[in-house]
Amino acid sequence: MLSLSLPPGQHRGLPAESEGGGGGAARRAAEREGTAGSVVPTPVKIRLIDMLSETGLPVIEATSFVSPRWVPQMADHAEVMQGINKLPGVSYPVLTPNLKGFQAAVAAGAKEVSIFGAASELFTKKNINCSIEESLERFSEVMNAARAASIPVRGYVSCVLGCPYEGNISAAKVAEVSKKMYSMGCYEISLGDTIGIGTPGSMKEMLAAVMKEVPVGALAVHCHDTYGQALANILVALQMGVSVVDASVAGLGGCPYAQGASGNVATEDLVYMLNGLGIHTGVDLQKLMDTGTFICNALNRRTNSKVSQAACRL
Amino acid sequence: MGTVPSALKHCLSYQHLLKEQLWIGEPTAPPHPGQESQASGLPEYVKIVEVGPRDGLQNEKVIVPTDTKIELINRLSKTGLPAIEVTSFVSSKWVPQMADHKEVMRGIERHPGVQYPVLTPNLKGFHSAIAAGATEVSVFGAASESFSKMNINCSIEESIEKFEEVAKSARNMNIPVRGYVSCALGCPYEGDITPAKVAEVSKRLYSMGCYEISLGDTIGVGTPGSMKRMLEAVMKEIPLSALAVHCHDTYGQALANILTAIQMGVAVVDSSVAGLGGCPYAKGATGNVATEDVIYMLNGLGINTGVNLYTVMEAGNFICTALNKKTNSKVAQASFNTGAVKHMHV
Repeated sequence: MLSLSLPPGQHRGLPAESEGGGGGAARRAAEREGTAGSVVPTPVKIRLIDMLSETGLPVIEATSFVSPRWVPQMADHAEVMQGINKLPGVSYPVLTPNLKGFQAAVAAGAKEVSIFGAASELFTKKNINCSIEESLERFSEVMNAARAASIPVRGYVSCVLGCPYEGNISAAKVAEVSKKMYSMGCYEISLGDTIGIGTPGSMKEMLAAVMKEVPVGALAVHCHDTYGQALANILVALQMGVSVVDASVAGLGGCPYAQGASGNVATEDLVYMLNGLGIHTGVDLQKLMDTGTFICNALNRRTNSKVSQAACRL
Repeated sequence: MGTVPSALKHCLSYQHLLKEQLWIGEPTAPPHPGQESQASGLPEYVKIVEVGPRDGLQNEKVIVPTDTKIELINRLSKTGLPAIEVTSFVSSKWVPQMADHKEVMRGIERHPGVQYPVLTPNLKGFHSAIAAGATEVSVFGAASESFSKMNINCSIEESIEKFEEVAKSARNMNIPVRGYVSCALGCPYEGDITPAKVAEVSKRLYSMGCYEISLGDTIGVGTPGSMKRMLEAVMKEIPLSALAVHCHDTYGQALANILTAIQMGVAVVDSSVAGLGGCPYAKGATGNVATEDVIYMLNGLGINTGVNLYTVMEAGNFICTALNKKTNSKVAQASFNTGAVKHMHV
C-alpha cells in the first residue's frame, strides 16, 4: 500500500554564497495533506497543521480541492480549511486543479492556490487525461478567476528531472512549461523531481535552462529523496540562487512509483542543513521534530527524517 | 503530490528509465565520462574506498560468520571497487566482531588492482597483519582528546607515538599506511571541534608517512558549511590529492557533505555497501553512507568511479540477507521496489 503522503513545505532563504550576509529572508514552508494510503481523521490533520503553524514555517500547504472521487483522502478539504488556526504571517495555499475546485477553495476561505503542470506529455496524459497544452488551458480559467479575486497562484512543474513513463526529460521542455506557467501569472514555479531520480548534475543543467526564462527569485525546488539525492540536489539549487525549497515534515509521503521507497525530503533534515550553512529559516527545529513525532505516532509509523531518528535515539 | 491516481502505482516502463539512470547491466563507464565533470570543475575520477566489511560489520548488531565476510569481500572485489577495507587487527577482547581477522585475511581472493587495507592500532597488530598477508594498513587518530581517551584510552599525542612505530616499520617494509582522523566535524563528548585541530592532527599523520588522510565525520553532525571550513583549514597543510572524506549519514547530510568536498577537489570518498554500520552514539540511527547512493550521485555528475552499481547492489542484497536487515541504501530500496532489479537468489 502507498503510504500517506503529506505534501511539501517550502522554505525561503538566502543562497549559500551569501552566508556572510546575515539577516534572513523569511522562510516559507508548506504542508498539505496528500495522496494515497489510509485516510487520516480530520482532527489529526487540523492538529498537524496547527502544530506546523507554531514552528515558524511561513507557508503550509493545507489541502487539495480535488473531487473526493479521485482523492478520497482530501474529501474533508472544506472542514480542514475552516478548522485550522490561521496564524498571521503564515500562508495556507491549497491545490485547485480547475475552476470548480478554485471556487470551492475560495468559499472555504483559501487565500492562495496552487496548480500542477508537468514537463512530460505522457505523465500529463496518464495523470489528468489530456495534453500539457490542454492542461494549461484549463488552468487559465483558474488564473483569470484568481486574478479577479487577487488570489496568488503557485505553479508546480512535475517530472523536471525524469518521468516514470518517458524517461529523460529535456531541460528545454522544463523551461518551456515553466515559462508558460509564469507568463500565465503564477508568482512562483516549483520544479519537482517527482520520482527523485535527479542528481546534482541534472539539477544544475535543468535550472540553468529554466533560469533563462524565469527569474531565479520566482523559482522553487521540490526534491524527492527516493534515491537519497534530495539534499545534494537542494544544495546545488541553493548554490545557483534558488531560495525556496519544498519539504515534508518527517519526510512523509512515499513514492507511488516505487513501492516501499521514500518520497518527499524531510523538513527536519533540510532545516538542519540550512542551519549548518548559516542560512536563516525562522524555523524552530525542535518544534518541527515534535510535530514529526506527533504525526508519526498518529500514523503509527517511523519517521523518514534522519535528524529525528538520531535525536530521538529510538 | 496531489493528483496521482492509485492506478499509477506500478509503472513497468519505469524500469527502462532506471536502466538508463543506473546503468544497470552495463558494467562500463557511465554515459558522460570526463567532459561534463571537467567543465564543472569537479574531479574526473573519484576513488571509492569501501569500508563495509570492516567499519560496517564492526558496527552491526549481528556478528556474521567468517565465511559470510569472505563471501562479501569476494563479491565486492568484482564490482570494480579499487580499495576494500577488510578487517581490523585489534585485540578480540576489544572488538570481538573482528576476532577472525587472520582467517578473513587469508581466506579472501585478492584481485589484481584492488587494495585490501586493514586496521592496525599498534605495532603488535601491524606485525600480526603482515604475518597474515596484509599489504596495506590503516591507523586511526582523532581530532578530539576526549574521543581519543574514551576510544583507545590514551591522549592524541600518545596515540601518534604508537602510530609512528607502525609507520616506521611499514616504511621499512614498503607497506603503505592510510591515516584516519575521527571527529573531524564534531565529537560526541566535546561537541564542536576546531578546523585548526583537525589540520594539526592530519599534518602529524601525513608527516609520519601516511599516504592519504581520511577525514571522518564520525557522528555525522557535519553540514556543507562545517565541511567547507574544515577542508579549507586542512588543505593548507596537506595536498588535496592526499585527502579523503569519510562521511556518516546519521543526520542525512552525507551526500551533501561529500558533494561539497568534491566541489573543493577532494577525489577519494569512503562509503559502506548498503550503508552498513550504525552509529554507536545514537541508538537506532544510521552511520556510514551507502556506497550505492554515492555512486549514483557520482554517475549523475559524470564522474568516473570504475564501479558497477548493479554488482554493488547485489553484494548489498547478499549481506543484508545474511544480517537479516533492510538495506540503508535508498538507491537499492528504490531499485528493488520498482522491479527494475529483480530480487536476487542468494
